[in-house]
Amino acid sequence: MSDLMKVSSNPHVRSKITTSQIMLAVVIALLPATGFGIYNFGLDALILILVTVASTVLTEFIFEKICKKKITIGDYSAVVTGLLLALNLPASAPWWIGAVGGVFAILVVKMLFGGLGQNFMNPALGARCFLLISFTSIMTDFDCDAYTGATPLANLKAGAEVNILDMVIGRTAGTIGETSMIAIVVGACFLILLGIIDLRIPGSYIVSFVIFISIFGGYGFDWPYISAHLAGGGLMLGAFFMATDYVTRPITKNGQYLFGILLGVLTGIFRIFGPSAEGVSYAIIIGNLLTPLIEKITLPKAFGKGGERA
Amino acid sequence: MKNSCIKERLLNGIVKENPTFVLMLGMCPTLAVTTSAINGLGMGLTTMVVLALSNVFISLLRNIIPDKVRIPAFIVIIASFVTMVELLLQGFIPFLYDALGIYIPLIVVNCIILGRAEAYAYKNPVIPSLFDGIGMGLGFSVALTCIGAVRELIGAGEIFGVHVMPESYVPVSIFIMAPGAFFVLALLTAIQNKVKLTGEKKGRDMSKIQSGCGSDCMNCGEAGCGSRMADALPAPCADKADEPQKAGTDDEQKKGDENNG
Repeated sequence: MSDLMKVSSNPHVRSKITTSQIMLAVVIALLPATGFGIYNFGLDALILILVTVASTVLTEFIFEKICKKKITIGDYSAVVTGLLLALNLPASAPWWIGAVGGVFAILVVKMLFGGLGQNFMNPALGARCFLLISFTSIMTDFDCDAYTGATPLANLKAGAEVNILDMVIGRTAGTIGETSMIAIVVGACFLILLGIIDLRIPGSYIVSFVIFISIFGGYGFDWPYISAHLAGGGLMLGAFFMATDYVTRPITKNGQYLFGILLGVLTGIFRIFGPSAEGVSYAIIIGNLLTPLIEKITLPKAFGKGGERA
Repeated sequence: MKNSCIKERLLNGIVKENPTFVLMLGMCPTLAVTTSAINGLGMGLTTMVVLALSNVFISLLRNIIPDKVRIPAFIVIIASFVTMVELLLQGFIPFLYDALGIYIPLIVVNCIILGRAEAYAYKNPVIPSLFDGIGMGLGFSVALTCIGAVRELIGAGEIFGVHVMPESYVPVSIFIMAPGAFFVLALLTAIQNKVKLTGEKKGRDMSKIQSGCGSDCMNCGEAGCGSRMADALPAPCADKADEPQKAGTDDEQKKGDENNG
C-alpha cells in the first residue's frame, strides 16, 4: 500500500530535528560557560561537573533498568540536566553534593513524574533548590582558590561597590557557570541562531526584570546598578537556558511572554525584598509550577469557536 | 469478649486500614510533627488515647445522641478528652508538650478521630469501638514513628535522639523541614503499596493485610469502613464473608449481641 493510503492520527508533519539533536545543541551551547568555569575555578570545578553529569546519567540508566523501561540516556537530556546543575553549584562544594543533586534531579523531579516531557519542574533547578535548602552553608560558600568573599550580588545588596567589567567577563565569585555573562550569551546566541530557543521568554524576562528593579530598586533607572543586576548571579543562565526548557515552559506564545514577565517580577521581588541576594532559581521553579495555569488562560481559540459573532 | 473481633479491629487499624498509609487521614499532624521519631510517637500515642476514649463515649451515647446533632456532639466529646490530655501532658510530660505545641489542641479536628466516631463508634457497641480506637491509634503511632524515624535519620543522623550515622555524615536538613515530610510519606506509602501488590501478584493470601475497602464506600457494607450500610449489619465484625478462617463464630456473635443489647 502506498503512503497516500496510510491513515494516521496527527501530527502529520514532523520536524526532522530530534530530541537528542536539540539536547546535544544545548550541551554545545553550554560549553563556553562550562569552559570558562573550569578555567576560572580550576580542577575542582571540572571534577564536580564530571561527577554531577555521571550521577544524572547513571541514575536515569539504573532507574530505567530496574523499572524495565526503555533506556533513554541516549537523548542527552540527563547530560543537560547534570551540566546545568553542575553550573549552578559553587566550585568549593564537595563532589558528593553533585552526586546527591544529580540523583534527586533525575529520580525525584524527573523519573517519578514519568521521565522526559512529563516533569512539572526543571530537574536541575529542583535539585539546586533541594541542595540549597538542605546544605545551605555549603551551597552559599563561594570561597575558592581564585576568589574569596561575597558574590557581586551580595555586595550589591549590602550597598558596596562592584566592578561591572569583572562581572561581565566572569572574574568574580559565584557558582561554576553563572559568573561569565559573555560566555553564557555566546552559547545562547548559538541556540537562537539554530532556532532551538527564541527570545520570547528571555526577552520578556530581562525587560520586565529591568523595569521592576528600576521602579523598586531604589536607584531609579541607574544604568550601572541595573547592569550589575543583569550580569550578576544566575539571571542570564536562568533566562536563556533554564526558563526556556521545553518541558516546563508554556507552549502558547502569549503564555511565554506572560511566563517571562512573571519570572522577571518574581526575581526582582526575591532579589530586592527577599533575605538572600539571589532569587532566579526560586523564581523559575515557581514559574514552572504556574505553567499549566498560564497555558490555560492563554490558550488560543480554535478557528470557528467562540469570539464575537459577525 | 470475642478475641477474634478484638484482634480483627487491631489488625484492621494497624495494617489493613492504617489511617496514614491507607486511609490518608490526619495528614496535618502527620506532616507537621514528625520531625523526629519521639515526636511522632508522642503525637501518635496522644491521639490514640483521645481516639480510644472518645470512641468509647460516643459508642455509649450512640442511642441517645440525635442523628441531626451528632457532629457537634462528637466534637464536644472529643474536645473534652483533648483538653484533659493536653493538661496532663503539660503537667507530666512538658518536653513533649513543648515539642507538639499547637498540634495537641488541633487533635480535636483530626479527621481520624471524627472519622472513626462517625464510621464506627456511632454504630457499634462499646468494646469493639474501644479496640477500633486503639487499633487505629496504634496504626497512627506506628506510621508517625516510622516517618519520624526516617526523617530524623536522614535529616539529623539520629534515631530517638541517639546518633547513629558516622561522624562524617552531613545531615540533609530538608528532611526535617516541611518538604521532607512529603518525601518520606510518599516513599513509605509507596513501599507498603509495593509489598501488598507484589504479594497479590504472586498469589499469596493478602486478605489479612489488604484493605477490604477498594472502592465505593456507599455500597460496600464493610463494618470497618465509612459506610452507612454498616447500620444494617447485625453486629460488629460481621464482615467475615471474605475471611473463612473466622467462620463458625456465629455463636460468639450472638453472645456479643446480648452483651451489647
